[in-house]
Amino acid sequence: MAYDYEKSIRPGKLPHIWCPGCGHGIVMKGLIRAMDTCGLEKNNTAIVSGIGCASRLPGYMDFCTLHTAHGRAAAFATGVKMAKPEMNVIVCGGDGDGTAIGGNHFIHACRRNIDMTYVLLNNHIYGMTGGQFSPCTPTGAKASTTPYGNPDPIFDISKLAIGAGATFVARTTAFHATQIDKLIAEGIKHKGMSVIEVVDDCPTTYGRRNKFRSVVDMMKVLKDTAVPVAAASKMTAEQLEGKILTGVLYQEDKPEYCAQYKQVIARAQG
Amino acid sequence: MAERYEIRFSGAGGQGLITAGIILAEAASIVEGKHAVQSQSYGPEARGGASKSEVIIGDAPIDYPKATVVDACLAMTQEAADKYANGIKSGGMLLLDSDFAPNAPEGDFKVYYLPIMRLAKTEIGREIVANVIALGAMIAMTGVVSREAGEKAVLAKVPEAFVDLNKKAYALGFEKAAELLA
Amino acid sequence: MAKKVALLQGNTACALGAVYAGCTFFGGYPITPSTEVAEVMSEELPKVGGKFIQMEDEIAAMASVIGASLTGAKTLTATSGPGVSLKQELIGYACIAETPCVIINVMRGGPSTGMPTGPGQSDVMQARWGTHGDHAAIAVAPASCQEIFSETVRAFNLAEKYRMPVQVLYDEIVGHMRERIEFPEPGELEVIDRAAPTCSPEDYKPYDAKSDTDVPPLAAFGSEYRFHVTGLNKAADGFPTTKASLVDFEERRQIAKVECPEARADIESNEEYLCDDADVIILAYGSTSRSARYAVNELRAEGIKAGLFRPITLWPFPEKRVAELGKQVKAIVLPEMNLGQMIFEVERIVKNDCKLAGVHRVDGEPINPGQIIDQVKEVI
Repeated sequence: MAYDYEKSIRPGKLPHIWCPGCGHGIVMKGLIRAMDTCGLEKNNTAIVSGIGCASRLPGYMDFCTLHTAHGRAAAFATGVKMAKPEMNVIVCGGDGDGTAIGGNHFIHACRRNIDMTYVLLNNHIYGMTGGQFSPCTPTGAKASTTPYGNPDPIFDISKLAIGAGATFVARTTAFHATQIDKLIAEGIKHKGMSVIEVVDDCPTTYGRRNKFRSVVDMMKVLKDTAVPVAAASKMTAEQLEGKILTGVLYQEDKPEYCAQYKQVIARAQG
Repeated sequence: MAERYEIRFSGAGGQGLITAGIILAEAASIVEGKHAVQSQSYGPEARGGASKSEVIIGDAPIDYPKATVVDACLAMTQEAADKYANGIKSGGMLLLDSDFAPNAPEGDFKVYYLPIMRLAKTEIGREIVANVIALGAMIAMTGVVSREAGEKAVLAKVPEAFVDLNKKAYALGFEKAAELLA
Repeated sequence: MAKKVALLQGNTACALGAVYAGCTFFGGYPITPSTEVAEVMSEELPKVGGKFIQMEDEIAAMASVIGASLTGAKTLTATSGPGVSLKQELIGYACIAETPCVIINVMRGGPSTGMPTGPGQSDVMQARWGTHGDHAAIAVAPASCQEIFSETVRAFNLAEKYRMPVQVLYDEIVGHMRERIEFPEPGELEVIDRAAPTCSPEDYKPYDAKSDTDVPPLAAFGSEYRFHVTGLNKAADGFPTTKASLVDFEERRQIAKVECPEARADIESNEEYLCDDADVIILAYGSTSRSARYAVNELRAEGIKAGLFRPITLWPFPEKRVAELGKQVKAIVLPEMNLGQMIFEVERIVKNDCKLAGVHRVDGEPINPGQIIDQVKEVI
């Protein structure tokens, strides 16, 4: 029997706003399966987002949902989690939202190691505003604000998260649909800040400008550039040129922020 | 118009003069039940620079919280004396540290000198209590609160281990100033 | 039994007032001259099981208090003018998403970094119009340490009752000065808690207004009520809409809930001192009103019939009473530590009914009584 996604979707809120061929729907389905696997209760789970195409995701989901301002999802989510640590907190959003305007909040949520799961949908572009370059647009690529090619270097989101102190960091792509829910579920189960970067496609504002003839071509690139971490360890630097590592990239056990604050309360109360 | 008595403590940042002002305001408003407002101004430095602390004491609620005409002023450094020993009313008083603020500004007020920092070092053995010596002196010279109220407020502010030290410093300042006036 | 008293700094009084009001979450970022509020909250909140978090910036601090408020907590942030400038977008978010929270603004001069340790009253208009778009604003301006305590409690009450951000504006002078405070006993000051929804979870809509001035109840995340919150224009169910009639209704309701006559009567608070027979009114707020009171007493001693009108609620502005006073007196003198903000609001209201003159100062020094007295003598 086919998996029932409808039980997690708010009645009457579909169809979604995403374009045909956009990978965000694949990620949302992966998130639904992961939350289901982990048995997250609807009333006790908040899904928090910022602004952008990916940030519309919570509106479709039948949970406590908070669609905040551009870039601020991690900071709002920190308030939710601190005030009610017993709630499960999921954050989702795009690469521009999370690493440009929201970059400071993102790294500090990682540093605190606060127990939330940040699903970052990296489609290399500001899609909702029509395809301006983001900190994750490849150097040389075309965007509506890089008509002569992008002069900027990119952020490696996963490395950024690890460097900032996140204690569970994983990466996959929209092509690897079944890996999405596995990694998100592991992230949810992990006590601390989890970042799951899902490399995604935007056929409308990125693919079209960068000579991808179809969505299938974009998916093929996701498939071909992804290298599982285990396989990568046997590859040379040359072989890894232009590839992205997938799977669990980093994991460690470290004190979680709300648990640490619980000790502050205990000390204050003597 | 309600009567108000205005006292200004000034010196280098970190000398504890804001604390001296707070203790005086506590002596007046908490111990003696008068009305008092304490305020301060200081530069961006955490230590050094010139800082001042003002206390307005009255029998009725204090409206304007800053000094208008100062009844009594303390300056622990020359920089503070130059910057803050002003607006002292005719017939008012100025107490200067004789070693660190030797030059009194011009004005129609009485000027007194006490080697406050030196007293702290030689008589008490701790420079840190210079502010309490200064407070004792200012209370003796102004009579704005009683000697007992001042002492009570000082002792309420300091940790148990430093009670004797501060008691001694307060008494020293009070008595040295009383001698000046005698 | 004698009341507990202490000599406290205004900022300390603010923090203790917040705890009295039932605040259990503080999200902040250090900034002079408000930092003591955060310091005291970091010490006091965990004692009562509350949470204190120092966020990475002013914007994050504002975000955290909105997020925490949605779980049902009474929340506070404290900052100064530059910090409020940074928070403005999210103050607008709290307005449109109708999320209660209290923002303390210990005012200094400006623009930009200005004079961090000097007093100012430069944010009167920022408190009203700082965030973009049409919205209501509630701001209160206490003038003493005792009043900072009680107005902080009232700010929480107003935030919860009207489901919106409320700003408490006071300047560096009252924020940093120390005065005797009598602590109110529990129950002595009114404390209003958030209204809970009465309908079933299935029927709950977070913006289901019963009238065009209604404040619908806000459920808490993590309860049996499940809902969606967005900064987009939304319908009664909380989901985005671009339907003109719904957008218009919601925009207007969110202003009318504060500005309708019943709400104004509830929110507005003024102090009048010797106004009844006054020929000249000194209209002043915050620490400047203390200089004004001194000036009134001096002027009365000289035989000039002066009075003090002090808005304690700055927004909504006491339009009706100021209009009446404008018809009664020969002149209004308005001292403020800026180059003219509230005076234009008063000008709009009194028009040509009486003379209007300001006393303005932006040099980091307070306006002293002598300046006000001189201006009063000049205009009458």
